[in-house]
Amino acid sequence: MNTAVEASHITHRFGSTVALDDISFKIGEHELFGFIGPDGSGKTTLFRIITTLLVPDKGSMTVMGRDTIKEFRSLRSEIGYMPGRFSLYQDLTVEENLNFYATIFGTTIKENYHLIEAIYSQIEPFRKRRAGALSGGMKQKLALSCALIHKPSLLVLDEPSTGVDAVSRAEFWEMLYKLRDEGITIVVSTPYMDEAMRCDRIALIRNGKTLGIDTPDNVRKKFTQKLFAVSSPDIYSLLLALRSMPAVNSAFTFGENIHVTIAPGKTIDEVERSLAEKGFTDAKINGIIPGVEDTFLELTQK
Amino acid sequence: MKDKVIEVQDMVKRFGSFVANDHLTFDVYRGEIFGFLGANGAGKTTAIKILCGLSRPTSGKVIVAGTDAFRSPEEIKKKIGYMSQRFSLYEDLTVSENIEFYGGIYGMTRKEIFPRMDLLIRKLDFESYRNTLIHDMPLGLKQKLAFSIAVFHGPEIVFLDEPTSGVDPITRRQFWEMIYETARNGITVFVTTHYMDEAEYCNRVTIMNEGRIEALDTPTRLKEIYGVSNMEELFLKITRPQNNKA
Repeated sequence: MNTAVEASHITHRFGSTVALDDISFKIGEHELFGFIGPDGSGKTTLFRIITTLLVPDKGSMTVMGRDTIKEFRSLRSEIGYMPGRFSLYQDLTVEENLNFYATIFGTTIKENYHLIEAIYSQIEPFRKRRAGALSGGMKQKLALSCALIHKPSLLVLDEPSTGVDAVSRAEFWEMLYKLRDEGITIVVSTPYMDEAMRCDRIALIRNGKTLGIDTPDNVRKKFTQKLFAVSSPDIYSLLLALRSMPAVNSAFTFGENIHVTIAPGKTIDEVERSLAEKGFTDAKINGIIPGVEDTFLELTQK
Repeated sequence: MKDKVIEVQDMVKRFGSFVANDHLTFDVYRGEIFGFLGANGAGKTTAIKILCGLSRPTSGKVIVAGTDAFRSPEEIKKKIGYMSQRFSLYEDLTVSENIEFYGGIYGMTRKEIFPRMDLLIRKLDFESYRNTLIHDMPLGLKQKLAFSIAVFHGPEIVFLDEPTSGVDPITRRQFWEMIYETARNGITVFVTTHYMDEAEYCNRVTIMNEGRIEALDTPTRLKEIYGVSNMEELFLKITRPQNNKA
């Protein structure tokens, strides 16, 4: 597999804040690669370096084998970038925005329409509407169309799904798979842990450092402890009770369950007994397989 | 009978020929965590604006904290707290200045503000941040502060509009623990979210679609009624009914 993006010891500071701290990684061509981490973890800074918009303090970055500093001009036509903040022209219509982006990259809507058809056809009925008057979901689709219209080899999407509802997010990911299968390398960031499972490989990122780069399945397997799901109708009382038990190492809410790990030398039986003593006679306990979010919580606790 | 904090009957909001809220009817009870879910564009924001006194309904009956949203939307604003996804704190004011400012906005006197501020700062473990600019605070802490400020004046109800958007998994959970604690203290929490696991943390959940309320009940009951195993499936079933016919 050829390398599409290669970062080597990238460090970047803003004043006294270290946004990126000696980050290195390789992303293969035709890969759908995810950076998973919270706001402020350094994702946007990293993406601005990948897209040639920011020069790092230290380290080097190449895209398609070309240096992002020396060859930024030629690289820009290879890269499609969708920033986290909506950055299209609010007072141009849907169609005018798309036309504008096609024109500055020396192409036409017609030439690459096949790439955006599945996405753009959903907002085409509103092509005469100003971008500023679109709903969140439609803005997202227009921004993606504009990022794709010059047929980039690399698509960089900064939190495309933040603030988007669960169903639209699932549909958005279906579109990304199609683009990847067309041969476009995709780098995406998200704060949603469930979206991590949808990537080919992921990097967990926090405080400017990567906590591990691997397939989502392998990241999941890095979870070192036994994990149990405990449930009871009054979840907040259950959480407080579990936290107070010496036999419990960690307790985190996951929807209707609380995911629990056991303190060294203790057993789940002790937790079960304490729960019964505290009056949680209806509590259910099951051993479960950890997900990416469990791993992220475990890694960030260290 | 349960004490109603919000009472909505046949609420309609039109923008020209577009019906954003199509005869909404629901009650919210005191001390409950009420989840307000729906796809983008379903009409959630329109409804929240009316409930917060920022916009008037076209027709229908809307009572929030005992006040009529038709006649006295200004009165409503005094009785509620509000926090949006992109926080409303002033970046170039310090922690204590923000607390003082918002306390003042809500009509609290300095005598009321300062002792309560000390309590809050101790409770949040923010002693070392008291004189820090919001700009220099980590995101997770800003979020906690924004929520604490939204309930600082002791409102009857607090509206949280996607409060955990983009927040890391640990902070998101800590944030929900603050929500639980607030509800236990009798403040009603009205919350929107796109995280389906968070829908499970609500006492009751509504799901809006195309301007209407399609479902309203406890998460457990809704899963039973629709025959699904989790909230994500339920959401899909309600917001994309055409997918289920195939």
